[in-house]
Amino acid sequence: MIKKRYPGLFSLLSILGTTLLLSGCDFVLFDPKGQIGVEERSLIITATLLMLIVVIPVIIMTLVFAWRYRASNTKATYTPDWSHSNKIEAVVWTVPVLIILALGTITWKTTHSLDPRQPIDSEHPHLTVQVVSLDWKWLFIYPEQGIATVNELAFPVDVPVRFEVTSASVMNSFFIPQLGSQIYAMAGMKNTLHLIANEEGVYHGLSANYSGHGFSGMKFNATVTSQEKFDEWVQQVKQSSLNLDTDKYAALEKASYNNPVERFSNVTPNFYDSIVERYTHSSGSHTHSHSEGKE
Amino acid sequence: MFGKLTLEAVPYHEPIIMITLAVVAVLGIGIAAALTRFKKWTWLWFEWLTSVDHKKIGIMYIAVAMIMLLRGFADAIMMRGQLAVASAGAEGFLPPHHYDQIFTAHGVIMIFFMAMPFMVGLMNIVVPLQIGARDVAFPFLNSLSFWLFVVGVALINISLGVGEFAQTGWLAYPPLSGIEYSPGVGVDYWIWSLQISGLGTLLTGVNFFVTIMKMRAPGMSLMKMPVFTWTALCTNILILAAFPVLTATIALLTLDRYLGTHFFTNDMGGNQMMYVNLIWVWGHPEVYILILPAFGVFSEVVATFTKKKLFGYTSLVWATAVITILSFIVWLHHFFTMGAGANVNAFFGIATMIISIPTGVKIFNWLFTMYRGRIEFSTPIIWTIGFLITFTIGGMTGVLLAVPGADFVLHNSLFLIAHFHNVIIGGVVFGYLAGFVYWFPKAFGFKLNEKLGRIAAYLWISGFFLAFVPLYMLGFMGMTRRLNNYDNPAWTPLLYVALFGAFVVGLAILFQLIQLYVSIRDRKQNLDLTGDPWGGRTLEWSTSSPPPFYNFAHVPVVKDLDEWWEMKKDGRADKAPAKYEKIHMPRNASEGVIISAFSLVFGFAFIWHIWWLVILSTIAMLVTVIARSYNENIDYYVPVEEIKAIENKHIQVKQASQA
Repeated sequence: MIKKRYPGLFSLLSILGTTLLLSGCDFVLFDPKGQIGVEERSLIITATLLMLIVVIPVIIMTLVFAWRYRASNTKATYTPDWSHSNKIEAVVWTVPVLIILALGTITWKTTHSLDPRQPIDSEHPHLTVQVVSLDWKWLFIYPEQGIATVNELAFPVDVPVRFEVTSASVMNSFFIPQLGSQIYAMAGMKNTLHLIANEEGVYHGLSANYSGHGFSGMKFNATVTSQEKFDEWVQQVKQSSLNLDTDKYAALEKASYNNPVERFSNVTPNFYDSIVERYTHSSGSHTHSHSEGKE
Repeated sequence: MFGKLTLEAVPYHEPIIMITLAVVAVLGIGIAAALTRFKKWTWLWFEWLTSVDHKKIGIMYIAVAMIMLLRGFADAIMMRGQLAVASAGAEGFLPPHHYDQIFTAHGVIMIFFMAMPFMVGLMNIVVPLQIGARDVAFPFLNSLSFWLFVVGVALINISLGVGEFAQTGWLAYPPLSGIEYSPGVGVDYWIWSLQISGLGTLLTGVNFFVTIMKMRAPGMSLMKMPVFTWTALCTNILILAAFPVLTATIALLTLDRYLGTHFFTNDMGGNQMMYVNLIWVWGHPEVYILILPAFGVFSEVVATFTKKKLFGYTSLVWATAVITILSFIVWLHHFFTMGAGANVNAFFGIATMIISIPTGVKIFNWLFTMYRGRIEFSTPIIWTIGFLITFTIGGMTGVLLAVPGADFVLHNSLFLIAHFHNVIIGGVVFGYLAGFVYWFPKAFGFKLNEKLGRIAAYLWISGFFLAFVPLYMLGFMGMTRRLNNYDNPAWTPLLYVALFGAFVVGLAILFQLIQLYVSIRDRKQNLDLTGDPWGGRTLEWSTSSPPPFYNFAHVPVVKDLDEWWEMKKDGRADKAPAKYEKIHMPRNASEGVIISAFSLVFGFAFIWHIWWLVILSTIAMLVTVIARSYNENIDYYVPVEEIKAIENKHIQVKQASQA
């Protein structure tokens, strides 16, 4: 009964696997839309293939040895006291060492080339977006455009974006899977993440680091358009009647769930820096207005 | 008077919790009634609770671990259930306040209160027997360690009915776990259950380190030690080095929460990154603390059931030692996305990969032990083969996560969740369950039902793949961990498969419970009269099953690596010694239970800010410790006649069964 069940489960799994792989676009990490994401995809594939050099033989050897040397197969050689072979030792140490040598080299190179702080080479100058994680929403400040949004991100295609990421609450992680790397948002810290989108579209973004009860609602869409459309979008935001000033920010700091998109036509200069500085001064003179009620 | 504790702390409005509590209450009353009815209270107290016998303490550790496995698994089923239904705007049946406690409790329970005690339990049962010792170095300390661990278990379970548990994730990163963002008692329950049980773990580390270093039978040099004992030694070295870091880190968090200091807060110079570094300086060695003894189990199992010497003992020992050391220089791979520079990330990434080399060598050692062996397909070997395949895949995904460039998109995704369950279930759990079946007859004197054991193993292995392959895929689909609900319809089918997989694992656990029941019912047919049911190789199989309380009437003199195997070959095995000598043994001690009971009160009082009770329980603990240190009636000699009677009986039974 068990012998039948076992392959049954595997064939079910493989059928399921193929079906899902065919609908490939759901696998967003294999369908990246920006240079960083593309490089990370090929890194994942290269590293996996390198490791399969040793993983596949191990799995085959496990099954073959288990079957061939089963107790009932008395024809197989049996050497109860054989427990050492310099040749085998040499192979089993050398092969993994060589693979790790290769993988280590790749790791050293890609860790530097994919360093989130590393600006992306492009004919276009980069756009700066300042990202603040709050309970439980994302605030995006565009210092060059003088606008800000909540839970809505837009930038032009093929233009490298420099995200400056911090938190005005607990730790979060700023992540747009289809564009590549994520980075932690931490209060008092300025993290930098360079991303680029090479294709227009709407990409799903979220917090990848649990930050409390409303964490699942920290979602946003990143809309990537042509430069003209982006400029239009900036103009639309500038139509908003709301300004991001101290009062409005105090309201934003209050915990909220599934916060709707908000737009601010005007932002005080250096607003982002003032948020970061609130947590870097050791005096701690500010009164923090965290106000999550006990449920 | 009662600090923060009021009647409102009991979650009356949560039906899931109240039903659970009702069931626990009914079971508790039932057990208490049965103990009273059959007049077993004194038996329980003198034979078990106050016992300092390492074998009994080991059994109690594993019993608690199994109960906690059920609790942790119930949490897992609820999480998978929630995510299967909470799609496309639906909120599911678990609101964040409850759901976030569940995933936090699941992690804490499975690591600290399931895996750790299972490991310590196996070590307790096996290590002294393997090295030819009569007990551990500090038998009373061993009892105290166990009871301190039980207090941790008690606190985390009390949090279910009184107050709440942490909603922070199992490692409670500040500032989320700070008083500003977690003002309730949940994090305090987390703090005190880990601090008190962690102290027990540290004492276990001291105890077993000394036991293995100082109490080996004459002739057993380090390189003649069985591999399980080797891995236990390395694990205890890791405990000694890593657990103080955990204690100190949690102590700093405690100061932040109780006294308003600012080690890890957002402002006043606090630094959350320091916490994350410190907790992983403990946390990474912790996974090796868990996996090394599992490697030890597989080494014993594979040699025994292939009827063959372990291949490459020396390289296996060195690989273990290398892993022990390297495990301390890889912690940063848990947070490549924190923003450290490329040089730092690359260093930790490559250091992590280097660990896979000795680990890979171990896999080959087991494979070449099977090569040209005579493999008997008993339950332990099925776990081992399941492990070899599963763990190799888990190791591969782990190395992938060690590449910072890949981790930047896979970090905190369900791919990560699938990876660590792949190595923890496929490595740690399979290993401990293999060890459980393997040493069960040694501890209890009868074998477990083979057929049910195999079914459970096959169900576990297939359930694991069904539950976690979808999670690997969901990771590639951009699904991150700890989500309470989501609106991406593409994820739903895979989450159904994962839920189904969890049910298969549930079925596996059910079969294990049935296996236990059937095996106990039919124990007369499966008695192990020889003490050596599998044709074992190491000294634990030279005693009767269960062994006499003093383990060895004569401490063996060790000449070879597989000493028992060689003794059987040379015909030294069945020789009764010419004369017996009286044996020095420790007496039972109730102080371990009493100190721990006061520490439970202490922890509970601290959680609820009941200061007078904190002071009282501290005094009570100190007084008990002082009283214990003045107690000189702690040991005795077993008379020769008693030893002779026990030994002669075993020899008779053994000869009768072989005749």
